[in-house]
Amino acid sequence: MSLMLEVKNLYKNYGSVEILKDINVAIEQGDFLVLVGPSGCGKSTLLNCIAGLEQITAGDVVIGGQNMTDVSPKDRDIAMVFQSYALYPTMSVAKNITFGMKVRGVDADTQQKKLNEVAKQLQMEPLLNRKPGQLSGGQRQRVAMGRALVRDPKLFLFDEPLSNLDAKLRVEMRTEIKRLHLDLGATMVYVTHDQIEAMTLATKIVVLKDGIIQQIGSPAEIYNNPKNLFVADFMGSPAMNLIPATAVSKPTGTEIKISRANGDPLVLMDKTKLDLPENVIVGLRPEDIAEAGYRAGKGVQTATCMVDIVEPAGADTYVMTHLGGNEVTARLHAETQAKPGQPLDFAFDLGKVSYFDPETGSRLN
Amino acid sequence: MTDFSINPTGRKQGRFGQIALRWSLYLILCLFALYYLMPLFVMLTTSLKSLEEIRTGSLLSLPRNITFEAWSTAWSKACTGIQCEGLRPYFWNSILLSIPAVAISTLIGALNGYVIAQWKFKGSNLIFSLMLFGCFIPFQVVLLPMARVLGILDLAGTIPGLIFVHVVYGIGFTTLFFRNYYVTIPQELVKAAKVDGAGFVRIFWSIFLPLSLPIVVVTVIWQFTQIWNDFLFGVSFSQAGTQPVTVALNNIVNSTTGVKEYNVDMAAAIIAAMPTLLVYVVAGKYFIRGLTAGSVKG
Ligand SMILES: Nc1ncnc2c1ncn2[C@@H]1O[C@H](COP(=O)(O)OP(=O)(O)O)[C@@H](O)[C@H]1O
Ligand SMILES: [Mg+2]
Repeated sequence: MSLMLEVKNLYKNYGSVEILKDINVAIEQGDFLVLVGPSGCGKSTLLNCIAGLEQITAGDVVIGGQNMTDVSPKDRDIAMVFQSYALYPTMSVAKNITFGMKVRGVDADTQQKKLNEVAKQLQMEPLLNRKPGQLSGGQRQRVAMGRALVRDPKLFLFDEPLSNLDAKLRVEMRTEIKRLHLDLGATMVYVTHDQIEAMTLATKIVVLKDGIIQQIGSPAEIYNNPKNLFVADFMGSPAMNLIPATAVSKPTGTEIKISRANGDPLVLMDKTKLDLPENVIVGLRPEDIAEAGYRAGKGVQTATCMVDIVEPAGADTYVMTHLGGNEVTARLHAETQAKPGQPLDFAFDLGKVSYFDPETGSRLN
Repeated sequence: MTDFSINPTGRKQGRFGQIALRWSLYLILCLFALYYLMPLFVMLTTSLKSLEEIRTGSLLSLPRNITFEAWSTAWSKACTGIQCEGLRPYFWNSILLSIPAVAISTLIGALNGYVIAQWKFKGSNLIFSLMLFGCFIPFQVVLLPMARVLGILDLAGTIPGLIFVHVVYGIGFTTLFFRNYYVTIPQELVKAAKVDGAGFVRIFWSIFLPLSLPIVVVTVIWQFTQIWNDFLFGVSFSQAGTQPVTVALNNIVNSTTGVKEYNVDMAAAIIAAMPTLLVYVVAGKYFIRGLTAGSVKG
């Protein structure tokens, strides 16, 4: 497999403000890279730098083995879909899609052929003569996709293409983009602030915060082994429970003590080999806290806690309790008998637990 | 209507008050309209009267015998000094002058606005501010330097020279209009076109110009009115033979010897004002629309 995109030591300043700091990413042919992070962290800027729409301050952008740092966007062999779709308002859908080919001097027959292919692929044949103003949000999104697809480029770039759609359409289009990626085997870079989109689409995720890469990895790596508190908190919904605790080394393992407002502290025993400082933050996903008796495994321990809130969500029921001064969410089976204000036996599964340093926020295990 | 259930008559009073307000508004508007229409009425009626009737009748009375004598005199026989060819040659001068001046200043304004709004570069905001500043320079200040420049360019006293003056003076306004219109167009449109392979000119031509009808109408009306109605530049930078219609009108009104021919003066004034009136009637609808046009929904 060959590297399709390499970003090396990229810096981007606006005036004296550093927006992107030392970005290094590489992806292979066929990868689906998702840049995810909160609003304003520099995702669009990075994508624009890759596209050549923004001049970079330092570093290199290599596409398909060719250093494109000083090459203009039109010669980078990329296609881009924008958040606002950026359809040309005075042109019909067909003209929007063929504009790029027309500019590049592709002959009319080829233009027509490609237009027909894409229109069929995206099921928008009836729309071809309409103006963008006469289309719904979802249809515009489709046209924007079509404009990128006719190009057959080395690299597809998407800047939050679904964020202007309503929830239902967003999920549909998400699936459609995933299918397109599989069908075309194309290489894609996709920006979103929605971590669910990131998890469902990506083969590789880059988590950004304040212009600094926090972690790069597969969705599973990011989800199961977040490198720091920011990634742990940002990825996953409901968010990972982050509970302050004290760790004491014992001959049989490490004893994790979590204080509780009323009553004894909760004591869990982690039998894996660890070397933890005294104060830690324990990271447990909601699905790693179940009702006692519904979870078995090496790391599973049970304890009784008071239930605060019960939120049935159909397939699961979320139950809130208080540990270490924080609200903690557990993901229980739908038929649970948990009642607010009553005690319940919980099973804590330490099989996938994360430990973080409360000072630096970085992962300890 | 929070008091609806508590005091139903209060609502009625409110309704009555609203209607009264509305009618007094109409009344005031009608008075204003009358006030503004009165001079036009006097001009029109006077221009259709004979001199005899003007002397004997009242200013506001309708003409007893409608005659177009004054109009034809004003158009082709009235004296503007020693020549007596009426407004016709000067009217033609004004057309020759204002059409290219409007076209050129609008096109340059469109290009400037496009660059300042969508292709920002270091110092582009400063340049825009300086251009805005140009809008506020009074005409009188530029007269002498401009005369000098026209002399150097060998354009003094010519119609191209006047075109040049109006273009230079108009660029500030036309740039402002187009810039303010183009900043409402999302930058992503330019980005998308760049990725599609289009360059500076192509993007302007294929994407921005087709979007620009409303603001082109606004600019053309504005510029045409300014240039057609201009007197100061016309009187300063023209010679016999290249004078615009406004200057000729002034000469007709001021150069009558003996009896003042009010009917001819009025007819000449209406003829001179006709093109701007026409432009407003034809394109006024777009003018309002263009001034209030918001962002372009993609
Ligand atoms: N042209 C610009 N000039 C100055 N600052 C900018 C410019 N564009 C973006 N920024 C700043 O860069 C940061 C990152 O912006 P952006 O990449 O759009 O964030 P994201 O897409 O992750 O929401 C923001 O703080 C924004 O204010
Ligand atoms: Mg963004």
